Amino acid sequence: MSYLLTATCAVPAAGAVLTAALPGGTTEARRRTAKLTAMAVSTAALVLAVLVAVRYEPGGDRYQLTESYSWIRSFGISFSLGVDGIGAVLVLLTAVLVPIVLLASWHDAEPIQNPDGTFENLRRTQGFFALVLAVEAMVIVSFLATDVFVFYVFFEAMLIPMYFLIGGFGDRAGGPDASAQRSYAAVKFLLYNLLGGLVMLAAVIGLYVIAAGQGLATFDLPTLTNAIADGRLVIDPTAEKALFLGFFFAFAVKAPLWPLHTWLPNAMGEATAGTAVLITAVVDKVGTFAMLRFCLGLFPEASTTFGPVILVLALIGIVYGALLAVGQKDIKRLVAYASISHFGFIIMGIFAFTTQAQSGATLYMVNHGISTAAWMLVAGFLISRRGSRLISDFGGVQKVAPVLAGTFLIGGLATLSLPGLAPFVSEFLVLVGTFSKYPVIGIIATLGIVLAALYALLLYQRTMTGPVKEGVAGMADLKVRELAVVAPLVALTILLGVYPKPLTDLVNPTVDATQSQVQQTDPAPAHPVAATTGGEHK
Amino acid sequence: MNSLIPLLVAAPLLGATLLLLGGRLFDRYGHWLGTALAATSFGLGLALFSDMLGRDAEHRSVSQYLYTWIEVGDFKADVAFQLDQLSVTFVLLITGVGTLIHIYSMGYMAHDPRRRRFFAYLNLFLAAMLLLVLADNYLLLYAGWEGVGLASYLLIGFWQHKPSAAVAAKKAFLVNRVGDLGLSIAIMLMFVEFGDFTFSGVFGAADQASEGKLTAIALMLLLAACGKSAQVPLQSWLGDAMEGPTPVSALIHAATMVTAGVYLITRSSVIFNLAPDAQTVVVVVGAVTLLFGAIVGCAKDDIKKALAGSTMSQIGYMVLAAGLGPIGYAFAIMHLVTHGFFKAGLFLGAGSVMHGMNDEVNMRHYGGLRKYMPVTFVTFGLGYLAIIGFPGLSGFFSKDQIIEAAFAKGGTEGWILGVCTLVGAAVTAFYMTRVMLLTFFGEKRWQTDDEGHEPHPHESPAVMTLPMVVLAFGSVFAGGLFAWNESFVDWLEPVTGLAHGDSPLNATTVTLLTSVCVLAGVLLSWLMYGRSSVPVVPPVGSLLTRAARRDLLQDDFNHAVLVRPGSALAASLVYLDSKAVDGFVNGLAAAIGGISGRLRRIQTGYVRTYALSMFGGTLVLVATTLLMRSV
Repeated sequence: MSYLLTATCAVPAAGAVLTAALPGGTTEARRRTAKLTAMAVSTAALVLAVLVAVRYEPGGDRYQLTESYSWIRSFGISFSLGVDGIGAVLVLLTAVLVPIVLLASWHDAEPIQNPDGTFENLRRTQGFFALVLAVEAMVIVSFLATDVFVFYVFFEAMLIPMYFLIGGFGDRAGGPDASAQRSYAAVKFLLYNLLGGLVMLAAVIGLYVIAAGQGLATFDLPTLTNAIADGRLVIDPTAEKALFLGFFFAFAVKAPLWPLHTWLPNAMGEATAGTAVLITAVVDKVGTFAMLRFCLGLFPEASTTFGPVILVLALIGIVYGALLAVGQKDIKRLVAYASISHFGFIIMGIFAFTTQAQSGATLYMVNHGISTAAWMLVAGFLISRRGSRLISDFGGVQKVAPVLAGTFLIGGLATLSLPGLAPFVSEFLVLVGTFSKYPVIGIIATLGIVLAALYALLLYQRTMTGPVKEGVAGMADLKVRELAVVAPLVALTILLGVYPKPLTDLVNPTVDATQSQVQQTDPAPAHPVAATTGGEHK
Repeated sequence: MNSLIPLLVAAPLLGATLLLLGGRLFDRYGHWLGTALAATSFGLGLALFSDMLGRDAEHRSVSQYLYTWIEVGDFKADVAFQLDQLSVTFVLLITGVGTLIHIYSMGYMAHDPRRRRFFAYLNLFLAAMLLLVLADNYLLLYAGWEGVGLASYLLIGFWQHKPSAAVAAKKAFLVNRVGDLGLSIAIMLMFVEFGDFTFSGVFGAADQASEGKLTAIALMLLLAACGKSAQVPLQSWLGDAMEGPTPVSALIHAATMVTAGVYLITRSSVIFNLAPDAQTVVVVVGAVTLLFGAIVGCAKDDIKKALAGSTMSQIGYMVLAAGLGPIGYAFAIMHLVTHGFFKAGLFLGAGSVMHGMNDEVNMRHYGGLRKYMPVTFVTFGLGYLAIIGFPGLSGFFSKDQIIEAAFAKGGTEGWILGVCTLVGAAVTAFYMTRVMLLTFFGEKRWQTDDEGHEPHPHESPAVMTLPMVVLAFGSVFAGGLFAWNESFVDWLEPVTGLAHGDSPLNATTVTLLTSVCVLAGVLLSWLMYGRSSVPVVPPVGSLLTRAARRDLLQDDFNHAVLVRPGSALAASLVYLDSKAVDGFVNGLAAAIGGISGRLRRIQTGYVRTYALSMFGGTLVLVATTLLMRSV
């Protein structure tokens, strides 16, 4: 048994404890120690995640590098980890983004100085960096857990560090009641997700009761899915539907799916840009990932039954999120609504049940993570310079900070899925895969493409072009640290747009396996062209 | 030799990358690098062309596979190129005119502080446009298609500090996106129908599909073409696109990118030939746009906007010809190439005039410039003669053929289309003569600009006039060369097919009729703008004139139908989202959990305690349930 997966989870977890334990204080040196420690830890986690992806064999078993440690024996709960193709790319995404988020948040968590010169909360820096690492560890466990109960525990547990990240650290750009707004956003985040989690808990227990009743007293995912596939575990259709909805509700809150989305704009708007990226690019992906792994794996019949309804909700989300993004006055809320539209695409891809749509949805999770991180983090740099999130407070930035404006444009272009950039590949796959089974839904969803161009370019036009506004005039261009944050994201966006093969190779076999779990096949073309392969070209 | 094909795209792409990433390193010589790489592409194009000439007609099409771009299940898109007679024609036009305009821009943009970036964008445009015409499948074509849209966006908005430029750039991208939607739906339809979207695959299997499906695909392709080629109803962006620097208008918004729609239709000829209903829509779009653009061109006082109307109208001719099927494809492309020469030349001439007149664009403030800018006058004049179809010049041959083909469509349709094209020819002659007279003839109507600078018109430097001279040569001789022995039509025949319609009029009659129409247009224009003096302030004008000045109310229409309801919808949804959706979900939660009272407490400092107790509650719940189970 290899310990690679445990190590990948344990390194950031231990790092979080270590960083939190470092001495607090107001000196620059102490804060830097905490920051550098966290950076080192997250870099180590990245190395481990790359190792996981490299050692995963796309043609091999469904779950690889498996590990299992008995935990609560009387309930058949064990701390079991295993990686599949989808999990591998998402662990990689998390491990890539966390060091970037940490670097972007370098000065976002300094101790607050009171007017009388004393400092409030001397351990603020240590706290922030430790919390981010804690989130990383919990997210990675969620992507790797093959035990339903273990997944549930970490799915819920990550709410705690996220709650403190949202409630405790803002971007200093809100109004006079910023602190109250932030508290409200944090609590709203927590309540929504706790409610989802409670419903899921009931379903988890229900599943256990049914399985145990048929002699399978276990939470082990592969055991359960295999038993369902070969008929050893039979769940009554009504019960299956109820259990599916219980799981799905929790994931749909987290993802978030319309109409359960309203916590996201508050959370992303009030938190720091780094935390906002953590929410939308990493934590929310656990929701869509879990739909694929748990909803489809455990409840194949119910998944196909509810598929069309979910598709319609996802479609509403695509158009609704985009329209709301168009109407926003606050830069960060705009990005949040754009994300809601994108989550619509991801969920649509999952429940269209074609290989193109599902592979597309998985790539979408990765590509949305990277491109939104680029867009949001540059927006964060912009906001921190002006001390305002309001679009109307900006104008003419490209004149004074051309590199900042240029990278912001690239982030916007990625968001609108320009071909050549990574999101195009995933968005087109989702669309074509959905269209091949549900042409009308596919065509309406293309509206999202036009609206994305509208909100992304409108934001650029209003903030970056035109005459230089007051308050923008002295704005500095990107600094070296900020360039180091943006450069890898831009590079990845281009690389995965031009050559997505490394990702599709990892993802495709797992998607095929999921497709066969739900017993779905791709519709055959009406008049197929004899298959030609690339190599046969002249 | 085939392995050179990817280099056609790679050379300008390298230029764009170096110029954008290289920073100040390239500020000094970047424009030379950009121009050299454009010229490299042209050289490669010539080499591939001469190689192609060495083979017989059936073996001229070659392809080059690079790598598999996207592969999921049966969905497979390659990065693979196809070079045939049609694409090599475009390659030579794009790189040839492109190189000339790079050279011209060295003069035109000499004093712009962001010159390096300008050349980077021009190179980016070349790369994307070459990708568009070289792709061997629709998805890769789509990448080039949106790539040129990006370059166009960046270049229209190049002077971003002007709000009008920034708005125009966004508008162009958005309207084009609506068209792009058509292309993406077409690709999806192809995938569902054929499991494939390569040219060879789709065209090979097309005859097995039902006419309804093919019509749907063709109409979606037409939608895409309308966006890129500024055809009705997606025409509204082109006039505003004139906000871009004039070399951009010449290269992208006259000679190359805007003709991509014609390329798409011609490339997809197999599909369109099998979908006659769609073809009818194509000719209607072409005919409507050719008149629309011509009417708008008559009313504009801004020299670039007048030329933009003209571009729209001339592309209308091409689209109409392409809609005629095999009797028109080759002529559509032939007019596209000759138009590329004379319209690029006319725009560069306009740029040269602006250069000498403190960037003035209002033709009512020009007048009598022929003495001050002799080279500009002569080259612009030759372009003018070419576009109105002066016998022997390029436009004469290419436009005449389209008018003939329109009549050859046969029946009532043929007559309607024929008359449209004839009227178009007359109106073209009218507005182009107007441009010519207002700019170069008559008395001086020069105005001092806002900052008090008097205009001192002067001829532009050689770096600018040289490309104009070369293009003037093309305007004069290209048409005759192409028409010689029907060489151009024969050249394209293996790709586009060729058929001769059944014209009710013989060729001589058509030529004669066309000449009469052109003469009438020129004469009327002279009566209005040549014989009498031109007022500096435009007269109120008739209802049609006023409508035409407002682009036949296109923007008013779009505003009323799309923009205003759209913004209202977005605004009301923003309100609803915080009140209704959020309120409903919160209310539901409150009703279930009875937490509404506590929500108020949250904001008064009990946040952490509350959250932790909630979480603690969950843990207790878990523990109890599990315990219950084991008892």
